[in-house]
Amino acid sequence: MSSATLLALTISIIAIGLLTFLMRLAFLWSSSRSLLPPNIEQALRFVPPAVLTALIVPNLLRQSGFFIPSIDIARLIAALVALVVAWRTRRIVVTLALGMATLWLLTFLRL
Amino acid sequence: MAHPFVRGARDTLPLMPGDIPAGLVYGVAARSAGLPPWLAQAMSAVIFAGSAQFAVVALAATGASAGVIVLTAALLNLRHMLYGASLAPFLRDAPRRWKIVLAYLLTDETYGVVIGRLAPMSQSDRLRYILGSGLTLWICWQGSTLIGVVIGSEVPASLSLDFAATLTFVVLLVPLLTERARVGAAVAAALVAVVAFNAPLRLGLIIATLAGVAVGLVTDWRKKPASAARSDEITAGISLSSPPAQVDDADHDEQLVKEV
Repeated sequence: MSSATLLALTISIIAIGLLTFLMRLAFLWSSSRSLLPPNIEQALRFVPPAVLTALIVPNLLRQSGFFIPSIDIARLIAALVALVVAWRTRRIVVTLALGMATLWLLTFLRL
Repeated sequence: MAHPFVRGARDTLPLMPGDIPAGLVYGVAARSAGLPPWLAQAMSAVIFAGSAQFAVVALAATGASAGVIVLTAALLNLRHMLYGASLAPFLRDAPRRWKIVLAYLLTDETYGVVIGRLAPMSQSDRLRYILGSGLTLWICWQGSTLIGVVIGSEVPASLSLDFAATLTFVVLLVPLLTERARVGAAVAAALVAVVAFNAPLRLGLIIATLAGVAVGLVTDWRKKPASAARSDEITAGISLSSPPAQVDDADHDEQLVKEV
């Protein structure tokens, strides 16, 4: 990596760090209630279920070469097992253990 | 009951099996992309957001321009504004020095851990709870990326330890699915995440989230006209309500059962 490239990359990283910090702080900073219109606040109720689902789903898929990806069956089943276990127990460690065990078993069976 | 800082740290520990391998892999990837060790490690402290750091490494490896790198990482981190806005009602009267520290420590993981559990806490407990979660994650992230940078050895891919993070998100999601509008938001986000799987820049994450929020709002709005929604109801909703707290805490099992 040339020194010019290194300098540009270092500056980029500092810029990203500052931008990220400011984005994290933006809505936290003010103590006034009027910052967020009520309809925005209402929309925020749906951010956690939506973003968690959007973080989960791509990890159950893989590239297919087509527009629609194919499903990773082992991961999908492991996630469904985790879903049921989480629903019944609500315990993170139990869910992780059974979910990973399911994935390893299915991978071992080459499903 | 344990100090809120300790509880925040303890509730975050189950995410470590997902995060530590990611940190190791990041460290290794950054070195193999040609970043000097000090810069690879400094990036973990300066940016402190895994997906953006991976993007910087991938783009730097292909010789992308500084502008493209900054824009891509900023897009990936846009969601942190939503997290901040979602947390804001809980921290409205907090001292600003606390807000600065907690904003720096705000990540997907800490947001996911704390958001459902803050409502019953006092203001000062909330601050310490979030600090406990954020600092735990920060230490694990810095430590695991450091090991990855220094050793440069690989975590066996066959163990699929990255999947532990996905399972953790499942545990965090389940308690939120208590009303039809939230289920609708999750289903819509899932469908769009499939269709947008090939979208560049991991924009699929943002598109699917927005689609989920839109469907949640429409479902809610059809059930009861907007005029009927009182603002205190809305604020209560943000507390994400749902049987939150202490997913892994036996002390609270009773409370959870009641709420279910």
